[in-house]
Amino acid sequence: MSTPTLLPEGEPQAGGLRRGRPKYLEVRDLSVSFDGFRAVDGVNLDVIQGDLRFLIGPNGAGKTTVIDAITGLVPATGSVNHTGTEILGRKVHQIARLGVGRTFQTASVFENLSVLQNLDIAAGSGRGPLQMLRRRKSIEPAVEEALEIIGLEGAAGKQAGILAHGQKQWLEIGMLLVQNSDVLLLDEPIAGMSQDEREETGALLRRIAASRITLVIEHDMDFVREFATSVSVLAAGKVLSEGSVAQVQADPKVQEVYLGTSGTEGH
Amino acid sequence: MKTLLRGRWGTAAGFLLGAALLLGVAPAVLPAFNLGLLGKFLCFAIVAVGIGLAWGRGGMLTLGQGVFFGLGAYIMAMHMKLADASLFGGSGVPDFMSLYGSGQVPGWWEPFRSPAVTLLAVVLVPGLVALVLGLAIFKRRVKGAYFAILSQALAAAFAVFLIGQQATTGGSNGLNGFRSFFGFDLKDPNNKVMLYMIAAVVLLLSLALARQLMHSRFGELLVAVRDQEERVRFLGYDPATVKTVIYVVAAVLAGVAGALFVPLVGIISPADVGVIPSIAFLIGVAIGGRATLLGPVLGAVGVAAAQSSLSSTFPSFWVYFQGLLFVLVIGFMPGGLASLPALVRLRRRTPAGAPQPKAATAPAPDQSPPAPEALSPETPKPGVQDRAAAPEEVSR
Repeated sequence: MSTPTLLPEGEPQAGGLRRGRPKYLEVRDLSVSFDGFRAVDGVNLDVIQGDLRFLIGPNGAGKTTVIDAITGLVPATGSVNHTGTEILGRKVHQIARLGVGRTFQTASVFENLSVLQNLDIAAGSGRGPLQMLRRRKSIEPAVEEALEIIGLEGAAGKQAGILAHGQKQWLEIGMLLVQNSDVLLLDEPIAGMSQDEREETGALLRRIAASRITLVIEHDMDFVREFATSVSVLAAGKVLSEGSVAQVQADPKVQEVYLGTSGTEGH
Repeated sequence: MKTLLRGRWGTAAGFLLGAALLLGVAPAVLPAFNLGLLGKFLCFAIVAVGIGLAWGRGGMLTLGQGVFFGLGAYIMAMHMKLADASLFGGSGVPDFMSLYGSGQVPGWWEPFRSPAVTLLAVVLVPGLVALVLGLAIFKRRVKGAYFAILSQALAAAFAVFLIGQQATTGGSNGLNGFRSFFGFDLKDPNNKVMLYMIAAVVLLLSLALARQLMHSRFGELLVAVRDQEERVRFLGYDPATVKTVIYVVAAVLAGVAGALFVPLVGIISPADVGVIPSIAFLIGVAIGGRATLLGPVLGAVGVAAAQSSLSSTFPSFWVYFQGLLFVLVIGFMPGGLASLPALVRLRRRTPAGAPQPKAATAPAPDQSPPAPEALSPETPKPGVQDRAAAPEEVSR
């Protein structure tokens, strides 16, 4: 086994990788209905490998539902294509095995297991039965690298349940890394974090996003402005606007949704 | 390093100590009757090891282990009846069949004339039944109380079925009156000791198996499935597979225990496999400590021993005592008696009034005002998150 390199070279950029054949996530006409209410209504999204896309929008816009639909948690219609493979309609664990990973609004790590065990489980969905029945003797190189990237190498033996809130979110991101996901779907990763933790999380996202397809749901506009390479705005289940932060901020439709007025603010 | 060394040698020493007690000391000091009783308790302990894995580690409240115990037990009992009939009767037809039935051995009994088929079936039948049930139940995401009720209903149905088949399973009398066990005379005291020894060895082996499973990667995954089944899916695992595997292991252990129970006790009847015995299996596990390795074993043996001594002295009192014990343990010590040392240690380490340790990285309530920008209509809800994280910090 070669040494894994979870960290790509370079930074994410708007539009993603320009050379080679980048991986992509292509969402077409994605719709989710709950008892007749269309929470997600014909969403189209294209995220290219190497882009750090933020998904923003008012409460109830359907942001989390989009991620739920992509990861198979809620049934949806339309199409989600991950670099040539249709993933919609598959089971949650099958989608995860196709390289689509996600985190949750409330950090959901395995609290009774250590940080190391959490990462080891995340790294292991491809293990065979014999390997599963043996004891974990050494730390896999990918796990070791992930520990370093998320800054928890000192807490490897700690129970995940006693980690600080921010550390739990980082652990979840680390789990995505060792899980070998090409698609990272992060649901409000910095909610409830201190300012320092936010900065560190942002830096972490910048470091890992250059080789991955990254979609981050976020509310904090300062954070979006600082770290996003591109932004999609979702409102009432539809994509309203897309582009750089400056572009969507200047979009009158976006201003209307956020302020309830047509774009009369001076910019 | 020190803890590793102590851990490894400690385990080996503990295992040897257990083996010495069970295989050396107990047969030497216990009178034959008590040794037989202990053998019966060890059968319950083998079931308990399986329940400890499925319930304690896997989170499945298996209220129907009597089914698998019964399958193993009836298979062994059928073989022993057939063997007795050939050895002593000559006709090859078990006594009760001539009494209540047609005097013909039904076709589905015939395979169990063979000792090899019987031994295989004792393992395979409960395992296969659990595999089919497990896949059907867990793939459909039946869990929690629904799973418990379902498994208990199975135990009830199994007992009712057995009672109804007077001519082929002995009905509510069950199967009894065995005289030989694979050619060994069951009246011979030496053979009784041998049966006890087999039960003890099987218990030790199942403990070794359980320990390996607990400490393997599978065991870690099992705990993850127990605590956050849905989360595990997003890591690419199907929790139904994980749960089915451990359900099958628990079923096989119960089946083997049932097969050992029959020659040791000399009878198997619907009263040993129905709802009440299924719950009784569970009580010892809960009291001992379901998530630990030894807790279920010690709990099962302890409760069974208490039952056999108390119920003969105060026949009507035992049921209340058992219920009370169960309520007290579940209510005040969910981890069972095995969690007692850890509780005491925790008490000692944090004397009253001592300052609680607080992590430096605890999230500070971030109330930085939202930027007065067009795109910040809603503040994130840090307060909620912080409060959710806070109790964990304090409880340490």
